[in-house]
Amino acid sequence: MKYKLLNLIRQAALMLLVIWTVVSLVTVLIELVPGSPAMTILGETATAEQIDNFNRKHGLDRPAFFFSYSAESGFVWNGADNRYLDYWTGLLKGDLGTSFRTDRPVLDLILERYPSTIKLALAAMLVAIGIAIPLGVLAGTNKNGIVDNIASFVALLGISLPTFVVGPFLVYVFAVRLGWFSPTGSLYPEDIILPAVTLGAALSAILTRMVRSSVIEELGEDYVRTARAKGLSERKVVYKHVLKNGLIPVVTVLGLQLGVLLAGAIITEKIFSWQGLGLLLLDDGIRKLDYRLVQGCVLVISITFIIANTLTDLVYRWLDPRIRLS
Amino acid sequence: MNRLTYIGIVIASIVVLVAIFAPLLATHDVGTQNLEMRFAMPSAEHWFGTDGLGRDIYSRIVFGARISLQVGITVVVVSGVIGILIGSIAGFYGGWIDKFLSGYLFNVFLAFPGLLLAIALVAFLGAGLGKLILALCIIGWVGYARVMRGQVLKVREYDFVQAARALGAGNMRILFSHILPNAIQPLIVQASLGMAGAVLSEASLSFLGLGIPPPAPSWGTMIEEARQYFSITPHVLFFPGVAIALTVLAFNFIGDGLREYLDPKQRTR
Repeated sequence: MKYKLLNLIRQAALMLLVIWTVVSLVTVLIELVPGSPAMTILGETATAEQIDNFNRKHGLDRPAFFFSYSAESGFVWNGADNRYLDYWTGLLKGDLGTSFRTDRPVLDLILERYPSTIKLALAAMLVAIGIAIPLGVLAGTNKNGIVDNIASFVALLGISLPTFVVGPFLVYVFAVRLGWFSPTGSLYPEDIILPAVTLGAALSAILTRMVRSSVIEELGEDYVRTARAKGLSERKVVYKHVLKNGLIPVVTVLGLQLGVLLAGAIITEKIFSWQGLGLLLLDDGIRKLDYRLVQGCVLVISITFIIANTLTDLVYRWLDPRIRLS
Repeated sequence: MNRLTYIGIVIASIVVLVAIFAPLLATHDVGTQNLEMRFAMPSAEHWFGTDGLGRDIYSRIVFGARISLQVGITVVVVSGVIGILIGSIAGFYGGWIDKFLSGYLFNVFLAFPGLLLAIALVAFLGAGLGKLILALCIIGWVGYARVMRGQVLKVREYDFVQAARALGAGNMRILFSHILPNAIQPLIVQASLGMAGAVLSEASLSFLGLGIPPPAPSWGTMIEEARQYFSITPHVLFFPGVAIALTVLAFNFIGDGLREYLDPKQRTR
C-alpha cells in the first residue's frame, strides 16, 4: 500500500514537472517568431503608435522573462514583471490569453472546437478497435497461415498509407463515385464515418499487429492448456481467456495513441473541413499568424496527451499485477 | 529475412536511384507551366499526366524523390547521432545523469505528439527546408536515445566490457569501441523506421502548407495542390500518393524485417 502510494505520488510529480516544461516551452515558442508578432499581424504599413497599442493590449511590451539580456546593458533582472509569469498566472485562472486577431479569449475559441475533435478521435478509436480485434485474433490464431499473412500485409499497408492519401481516396470512392456520404463537413451524423475511418486506419493497423502478437503469446501460456483440458471450445478459450489477457498491452497502446490521434486529426480535419481544434490551429492560428491561438491549441493538445498517457500508465499497472509488483 | 524485406530493399533502392539520376530520368522541366495542357491524362508525352498548372507529374515525382530522401537521410543521420550520444551518456553513466535524461528529458519530448511539435516549431519559425529538417530532428532524436540507452544498459554488464575495463580501457574507449558496435543492430532498425517516419512527416507538413513551399515538387505539396480537383481528375493525386506510400512502405518493410531477423524470439514465431 505504501509503495503504491509512493509510486502514485512519483507519477503525479513527474506529470506536473513535464506539464511545467511543456508550458514553458510553448511560452518560449512565441519568442522565436522572426521580427515581432505585432509587425507580422499589423503589416509593414503599421504606424509606431499602432504597434505600441497592439503590444500594450497583448502584454507584449513587457519583458519576456525574469531577466533579459542586451549587448548595451548586459543582464537585467526584471523581477515578477514579465510575460512568462503573466502566462502562468493566466493559465492557473483558466485564461489562455486573447486572440491576436479576433480579440476573443483563446480558451473560448478552443472550447467551441475541442468537442468536435474529441468526438472524431473517439470515433476513430472505435473504428480501429472494430477492425483490429477480429483481424488480430484471426491472424494470431492462424499463425503464419494465409489469413495471418494477409492481415500482416494489410496492417503494414495501413501504417504506411498517409492519412492525406487515404482520406481523399475514400472521399473519391464513397462520396464522389457512390454518393453515400457528403465529401466534407459535419452536417449529418453519418458524416463522421469517412473522417473516422481515415483517422483510424493507421491505428487499426498498429492495433492489429499488437492483438496478433498478444494472442500468439497468450496461446502459449499454461492457463490456455488448462482451459482446453477442461474441454472448453476453442472459441471460448480465445475470446474468454486469451483475449482478456491479451488486451492488456492493447489498452496501453490505445492510451498512448490518443495523442497521436489528436495530432493526426489536424490532417483529417483539413481533408474533410471538419470544424475541430486542428482546423482552428491551422486556419485561424497558423495561417492568420495568430500566435496566441497557436500557443493555446498546442498547449491544450499536449496537456490532454500527457494526462491520457499518465492515466494509461496507471490503468496498465492496475490491470497487470505483475507490473504493480515489480 | 522475409520476402517483404527484400521487396522493401528493392523499392527503396529504386527510389534512391531515381533520386540520384533524377535529371536523366525526368522528361520535362519540373517548373515549366503549360496552361493549355492542364489536367492532361497520362499519355506518351506525359506519362503520369499533368497537374493544374500543366506541369509534368512524372518529372515532378522524380525530383520529389530527391526532396524526400534529402529530408529523410538528413533527419535520420542528425537525430541518430544526437540520440546515440545522449542515450549513451544516460545508459553509461547512470545515476542522476540518467535520472535527468531518461526520467525527465525523454519524457518532455515524448509529451508532445511528434507531428504537433513539428507543426508548432514550423509555425513559429516559418516554413522552409532547413527549418523543417530542424523540427523533425528535434522530434526524432529521442527514439534513438531510448534504444541506445537500453542497449548500453544491457551491453555494459557483459564480460567483455568488464574485461576491457580491467585492462585499463577508458570510458570513451569502452563506449565507442566496445559497447556501440554491439548496440548497433536495434539502431539500424530504428533508423529504417525513422526514415519512413521522416519521409511521411515531411509529406504531411508539406501537405499542411508548413513544409517545403511551392513550386518545389515535394510529394506532400503535390497532393495538397491536387486535392481541390481530385474528384474530376483523380490521377493528379494518385501518382504522388503512390510514390509516398511505396517509399514509406519500403522503409517500414525493411525496418520490420530487420527487427524480426535480429530478434530470434520473433523469428521463431
